[in-house]
Amino acid sequence: MYTPKPALKLSNITKRFGSLVANDAISLELAHGEMLALLGENGAGKTTLMNILFGHYVPDEGRVQIHGKTIPQGSPREALHAGVGMVHQHFTLGENMTVLENIILGTEPTLSLSLDTATARGRLTTLMEQFGLAVTPDALVRDLSVGQRQRVEILKALYRDTNILILDEPTAVLTPQESDHLFETLRLLVDKGLSVIFITHKLREVMTASDRCVVLRHGKVVLATRTDETDIETLARAMVGGEVPRAERVPGKTGEELLRLKGITVDGPQGRALLDGLDLSLRAGEILGIAGVSGNGQAQLADLVCGLLTPAAGTMAVGGQPVPRPTPAGMVALGVGRVPEDRTGTGLIGDMTVQENLASEVYRDNEFSRFGLLNFANLRRRAKALIERFDVRCPGPGATTRKLSGGNMQKLILARVLSGQPSVILVNQPTWGLDVGAAAFVHRRLMEAAERGAGVLLISEDLDELFQVTDRIQVMYRGRLSAPVRPCDVDAAQLGLAMSGQTMNLAQATPPAQIPYPATCTHRETRS
Amino acid sequence: MRLEPRENVSLALKALAPTLAIGMAMGFCSLLIIWSGASPLEAWGLLLKGSLGSTFALTETLTRATPLIFTGLAAAVAFRAKLWNIGGEGQLYAGACMATWLGTGLLDLPAWLMLPLLFLTGALAGGLLLLGPTLLKTKLAVDEVVTTLLLNFIVLLFVNWLVFGPWKDPMAMGWPQAAPVVDSAVLGQMIAKTRLHWGFIIALACAVGAWALMRFTTWGFEIRAVGHSPQASRFAGIPVNAAIVRTALLSGGLAGCAGVAELCGLKGYLTLDLSPGFGYSGIVVAMLAALHPLGVVASAMFVAVVSIGADSMSRALNISNYIADVATSTALLAVLVSMLVSRYRIRWR
Repeated sequence: MYTPKPALKLSNITKRFGSLVANDAISLELAHGEMLALLGENGAGKTTLMNILFGHYVPDEGRVQIHGKTIPQGSPREALHAGVGMVHQHFTLGENMTVLENIILGTEPTLSLSLDTATARGRLTTLMEQFGLAVTPDALVRDLSVGQRQRVEILKALYRDTNILILDEPTAVLTPQESDHLFETLRLLVDKGLSVIFITHKLREVMTASDRCVVLRHGKVVLATRTDETDIETLARAMVGGEVPRAERVPGKTGEELLRLKGITVDGPQGRALLDGLDLSLRAGEILGIAGVSGNGQAQLADLVCGLLTPAAGTMAVGGQPVPRPTPAGMVALGVGRVPEDRTGTGLIGDMTVQENLASEVYRDNEFSRFGLLNFANLRRRAKALIERFDVRCPGPGATTRKLSGGNMQKLILARVLSGQPSVILVNQPTWGLDVGAAAFVHRRLMEAAERGAGVLLISEDLDELFQVTDRIQVMYRGRLSAPVRPCDVDAAQLGLAMSGQTMNLAQATPPAQIPYPATCTHRETRS
Repeated sequence: MRLEPRENVSLALKALAPTLAIGMAMGFCSLLIIWSGASPLEAWGLLLKGSLGSTFALTETLTRATPLIFTGLAAAVAFRAKLWNIGGEGQLYAGACMATWLGTGLLDLPAWLMLPLLFLTGALAGGLLLLGPTLLKTKLAVDEVVTTLLLNFIVLLFVNWLVFGPWKDPMAMGWPQAAPVVDSAVLGQMIAKTRLHWGFIIALACAVGAWALMRFTTWGFEIRAVGHSPQASRFAGIPVNAAIVRTALLSGGLAGCAGVAELCGLKGYLTLDLSPGFGYSGIVVAMLAALHPLGVVASAMFVAVVSIGADSMSRALNISNYIADVATSTALLAVLVSMLVSRYRIRWR
């Protein structure tokens, strides 16, 4: 197929960080009016490539051409000027400003005394009509939903005459319905002549939305193809570089109730309840999944079970024992293992060693300290054993934790948590940002723990993960939980409706046919 | 030009950077010496001779290093826990006041009991003085930099009132100073006919003790963990506030010991010039030592050498002895920059 002048052409881009080659002679073309998916695991070089395109990094070799013109290296301004717009995964909006103010921010001359809002409003309205992106210009961004905020980000890019739009993991924070809507919008933009690149690691999105896809692995392009000439399995293999490791859940027998929450209420800063009379019951041997769009109380539920939060009302009981005033050390003593969402900030102390991080919950035990003196021999032996058992790739117990990869950090936290043989395990977004191999490792360990008789409470925004790993799913919306359902009894669309608060009864949700979900759960049917 | 972080910082580089930094600081001061009309080589020679060149000079330097080791340790321990104790000066005077109160006649015990008691109570006074700002920090999130800094002035004015008022020694010919401590409260000389007193050995012991505490104990582990990440420490079940309070008592206590040592070992009575800002210099000492308790001994020696040596250099060459302050300050700046730069590599393009 002949394209006269591609909208964007990256030739032979190479970028090294020390000995690491983040981008290895990557060449890429984006045609006018094309939707390209850039696919790859974490660390494959997607972000580096986009940073080079955007002028944040200077490549060691290669060049960037936009509309046939070579862009000077390392100049974000040139990239913007040439019409490249970016929507980051974490939005860059002023929360207490209106939509209109956010959109014109940075486009007005600095020294002008008056803002020409009337013209700006007119242009914005035209854009919204043209592309079907409806937002109230005078609404405060703070009051918008995540999907609406994303629309504002896209409008912000369009307002700056963007013709090449790059979106970094755009669906990470969206419900399935919002994702569908986003891709409809993007399709409309592409039809009007824009060129779009979206970065993702969700294969289904690539298949449903893109025209063409490029798979990166270890900084190299391993596959570039038209989407209709490939399939999910090929893409997955290209991304992982071999067979895709998958942990298969075989549910066992559930036992007694290990964790019970009854009428838990936690008040937020603005008087709105973050947890609103929440009930939950977790049994031995089961993996209970909590789905939901982030910000619906999952953080508070996790904090509660981690012992960081005392509820305003309601009771929590672990193993039948009431816990009126939870503390982190108290929950650990009760046999609760806790894997937090934020690995680097909360889970680990980055500037301390692997050995010290493995010690941080147990250093006061008699085995590891006597009369206030640490027993380094025992700490080291334990660290070595856990590093081996949990396959933490690091130079040794004395290695600085900050230098580990995300997957190894998570293994380290799992090692610390699971070595205590906890009866209740809380895991919050355990595979966020992990590559497929590390994610499978985490899933296997959680399943092993459940087989051993532990109850696992898995909070996740990743529906694939919930469908794959859990025995029951409850959806969290505005501080409440839906009735539990088995994963094989629902599909993603039904969950999506509950995630957007349209129904709290999953079994009765009648979904419109949308994202096809390969929910194969024949083995679950036999469960009692 | 841009900075890129280095993946690995070699030990050689870590040692080289501060050495180079001090060299650069000396180079800068050499320019000032040339400017004031003297030969830098001669000046540096005189400085070393004046601070290390004779037994007397060496003992003077060690005497000067003594309070700096205490206040340096006080800052190093607190800063490790990210407790920004700028109140070393006030805590030093709190320790000295306590020793004056107990040691000028209220108690008269045998020296082997008296001196440990004065050090313990002096440390307690310094620790309690820091406890207030610390509790305000842990309970109400009040910035301890402001509170500890301002407490210094309050304590100094309080001492001012004491030595002009109730504690004024009638035998002191009208000078604003308190009565001298009793004989059993005097820290003896280590070497006869010098001013070097046993406080220096106590300071060294404290440095070793602080190092061992940080390195080998659960308390030290907690202090380091809280300093690196209060959030992760709390999550892991480490008693964050208790660790900070313990750090405060330790840090304030060490600064208090500086006051007791100066009072009982050197001056003998409480005056307003007991400390020419040792509390503040302690911060410099701690930073130069990268907050390592044993490094504090070395950096306290460096600061003492420069300040004692500069006195004799300035007498011989008629250069202002402020050169000592300039040398210490530029060395600190250079070391701080070098510690930052050693973690990055500079890329020119």
